[in-house]
Amino acid sequence: MKKGKGMRFVGDSRISADKTSTVPKDYSEYPGRTEAFWPNFLLKEWLVGSVFLVGFLCATIAAPAPLEGVADPTTAGYIPLPDWYFLFLYELLKYDFASGPYILFGILILPGLAFGALLLAPFLDNGPGRRPPNRPIAVGMMLLALASVFWLTYESASKVDWKEKAEANKPIPPSDLVIDTDDPGYAVYENSCIGCHGDSLEGGAAGPSLIGIEETPEEISKIAVEGIGDMPPGMFTGTDEELEQLVEFIMSVNEEAAE
Amino acid sequence: MIQKLYDWIDERIDVAPIWRDIADHEVPEHVNPAYHFSAFVYCFGGLTFFVVVIQVLSGMFLTMYYVPDIENAWKSVYYLQSQVAHGQIVRGMHHWGASVVIVMLLLHTMRVFFQGAYKKPRELNWMVGVLIFFVMLGLGFTGYLLPWDNKAYFATQVGLDIANQVPFIGPELKTLLAGDPKIVGAQTLTRFFAIHVFFLPGALFALLAVHFILIRRQGIAGPL
Repeated sequence: MKKGKGMRFVGDSRISADKTSTVPKDYSEYPGRTEAFWPNFLLKEWLVGSVFLVGFLCATIAAPAPLEGVADPTTAGYIPLPDWYFLFLYELLKYDFASGPYILFGILILPGLAFGALLLAPFLDNGPGRRPPNRPIAVGMMLLALASVFWLTYESASKVDWKEKAEANKPIPPSDLVIDTDDPGYAVYENSCIGCHGDSLEGGAAGPSLIGIEETPEEISKIAVEGIGDMPPGMFTGTDEELEQLVEFIMSVNEEAAE
Repeated sequence: MIQKLYDWIDERIDVAPIWRDIADHEVPEHVNPAYHFSAFVYCFGGLTFFVVVIQVLSGMFLTMYYVPDIENAWKSVYYLQSQVAHGQIVRGMHHWGASVVIVMLLLHTMRVFFQGAYKKPRELNWMVGVLIFFVMLGLGFTGYLLPWDNKAYFATQVGLDIANQVPFIGPELKTLLAGDPKIVGAQTLTRFFAIHVFFLPGALFALLAVHFILIRRQGIAGPL
């Protein structure tokens, strides 16, 4: 840009009235086969980015984001797990030297040293050489740290039955379903089923929800009498007429819920 | 027409130097995968930024439905997940994007580390980068609570317990995060929401700006 006397400005602004060139610089003078970022290289980056985005979208559609049941502080025996990238810290705190009386070592000293060293790496590893063989200590420490993080994450994740965990904590849709407690079937339900399946068929620790089931009336009456899976036989005690009322009641709740 | 519009704007604010600072620079041979395929390792930083942009956009759309309140947070997420058109995809992008960002960030950090690219004169940019890593972990931690499902609730309880055990400032630190020395509840959710949506993204944008300005000023590290 021109400097000093003779400069012209646009109005009373500080913008120079003389045009600056809009032609990109010529990079051919630089050593090696350089390329202009704008627009040549950026176009290629966009192509790579688009492929990445399509792949990412496909993965997202293939695996929907998980959601468990609504938070309930009274849930007994729930084993909390952080997101996978915190698992290594979580696992570290299970070791004797990092828990109990040594908890400070686990939560502060060890992570503090590791992350502090990461933050200050340029000053700890301040030799002139950039190639890994020229700085064996720094590279060795990093490999050791990476190996421990991978190992701890693996240790933590491999013990969890993820499928079972997801299965046991399915989200239950909020329902404004009104259970007709005057139904003769509800009286039967109260006698035989309410202990495990809850007072509005929502299920509980011992039995699943009876809303949204796909069994036919015949199958329901069969399960009520003979049991299924963890449900023992003989849970239903009553007459055949009462059994019919019960099945009708469960079916009517399901029909209502399906609407 | 476009040229005229450009000239009109250029006459008033002299835009050429502005976009030049951002876009007009050379891409050296050693970072260009077109010449050396192994140079794909230089993509991880850009991909991290790309996923951050995805996170920002999908997060903005999520807040159109999300309600940071213990009564409705889970219901709003469930509604988004099961009723809203494409809600599942948007939430999926944000959920899995959080993991992809960490992976890309790790790969980018490892590339810089093993190439020794943080050595003089690039120490400051390395430190800014590590701070970005911390902010990202903070975003992951606070975002985990927001759906207010069991997983979120109990994991956050553990995290807050850890904060509580820090010597001297532990209880204060926990109260600052959770809004109460004992209860993990309504206050905790609104605080985590504020931290996740306002405080940490603000810090992230500032750090990213410094990170990029420094790269532009110093240029990318030379070949090994």
